[in-house]
Amino acid sequence: MVQVDGLSKRYGERTAVDGVSFSIRRGECLGLLGPNGAGKTTLLRLVLGTAIPSAGQLRVLGRAVPAQAGLVRTQIGLVPQADNLDPDFSVVENLYTYGRYFGLPKAKLDAQIPALLEFAALAERADAKIGDLSGGMKRRLTLARALINDPQLLILDEPTTGLDPQARQLIWRRLRQLLAQGKTLMITTHYMEEAERLCDRVMVMDKGRILATGSPAELIRTHIEPHVVEVYGAGVEPWLVQLGEAAAHRVERAGETVFCYARDERPLLESLSRAKELRFVHRPANLEDVFIKLTGRELGVMG
Amino acid sequence: MRHGLQWLPVWRRNFLVWRKLLLASLVGNFGEPLLYLLALGYGLGAFVGTVQGMPYIVFLASGIVCASAMNAATLEGTYSAYVRMAIQQTWDGILATPLGVRDIVFGELAWTGTKAFINAVPILLVAAALGAVHDWRALWVLPMVVLIGLSFGAMALVVTAFARGFDFFLYYATLVVTPMFLLSGVFFPLQGMPEWVQRGAQLLPLTHAVAIVRPLMTGQTLTQVAAHLSVLVAYTAGGFLLAIRLFRRRLVL
Repeated sequence: MVQVDGLSKRYGERTAVDGVSFSIRRGECLGLLGPNGAGKTTLLRLVLGTAIPSAGQLRVLGRAVPAQAGLVRTQIGLVPQADNLDPDFSVVENLYTYGRYFGLPKAKLDAQIPALLEFAALAERADAKIGDLSGGMKRRLTLARALINDPQLLILDEPTTGLDPQARQLIWRRLRQLLAQGKTLMITTHYMEEAERLCDRVMVMDKGRILATGSPAELIRTHIEPHVVEVYGAGVEPWLVQLGEAAAHRVERAGETVFCYARDERPLLESLSRAKELRFVHRPANLEDVFIKLTGRELGVMG
Repeated sequence: MRHGLQWLPVWRRNFLVWRKLLLASLVGNFGEPLLYLLALGYGLGAFVGTVQGMPYIVFLASGIVCASAMNAATLEGTYSAYVRMAIQQTWDGILATPLGVRDIVFGELAWTGTKAFINAVPILLVAAALGAVHDWRALWVLPMVVLIGLSFGAMALVVTAFARGFDFFLYYATLVVTPMFLLSGVFFPLQGMPEWVQRGAQLLPLTHAVAIVRPLMTGQTLTQVAAHLSVLVAYTAGGFLLAIRLFRRRLVL
């Protein structure tokens, strides 16, 4: 579906994408995780052919991009990071207008649009103005718009950022429906939960490079200890020096909280059971732990 | 897919939005040139008497037709196009479809020509109703205002390709469009101006637009048509090609 070899993109001195290679199989959902400025959006633009690579090869749906990008885009749907719906048009008018950019005839749009409105749960709001829609509705309309050409590959740039939990879950259900229909998804996200729930495979990116690739379970298994004990409270420092550091396999700090990673959690829990002044949470390691281990705990540079 | 009309949906999108706001935009775009025509044509015309052997309002009407085509296309190619590009991200949305930068620029350019037509034709009709149109040759003004619109639309799109905000368009309006408005023979014949101004005016596309439209509307003899037309065509073609290059550099990163 997508085949990328040694792809780089430089803007002057800055390297946004630095020699990445990966592929996406038909029908899979690939997640792109990374701090802001990691190069995720640039990578999506390269796949779409709206950015020109500085080096490397890129084939999408069997064709070379950017050389044949126009043709390839007939088979791609994009949900951009910021909604760019047409504010002068109603919900349905947005769909018709966008469909015409793909050269789709009116009869085809007439047939397709009611189903898309249904899919986006916007059938009742078909004639609403864009300004009157909630954030979740706008995102669903953007998703419906991206499906107007019945694309094989759907590219989603942070599809649920800024949405409330209900709105997010509805988007997730729709994306799972699309996967069940055999569509291929490429999705960037800041939400580990989103990646764990939706993605067959996840790529962790930072500073333009791919740091790790694998299924969420694989990444957790290979990159991190299975147990995490988060400890906080007034006496956390002395406890750490006396007992914690010896009992944990690896320790990280984030403000007041100490994260203890361990293959065997029992020594940690035992020592904590004697330290009454400390509070702690014991949980299995998750994708966020992997992400933080790979990309660092400090804030990424915005870019 | 490649049938040469890919740009048409871009034009159509703008047309459909315009149609929604029909009344407001007609009043806004049509009202001002009409005021110029009536106030100056009758008010100033009472003092001026005849110009080049015709009543002042007859002289002025052809100039106002050209100026309104220029202004409509300029406004559409600068502020409105900028809103679609930078504020609403309409163009980003279009670039995710099979259409490319060339299709967008062509569609927008065609739309500036359309807007020029929409705004200039009512002025022509009013002029005809006021007896300021000599004969049926004036029908040639219809394609002319489209060409005028295209040449100013192409220039405006080049300016928009450099713009980082609305303020930028003030420079263009003040340094280019307004001097052109005043020094292209819209309000008065250029013969009375210093030699260097007359020569400079020959570089301005509006001068050549007026040089064709005025004879067509007033029944004067049309001279050097090919030369005047080729200036307008050159501005259109040059601006179009340059705008594509500039927008490609800006939009395809």
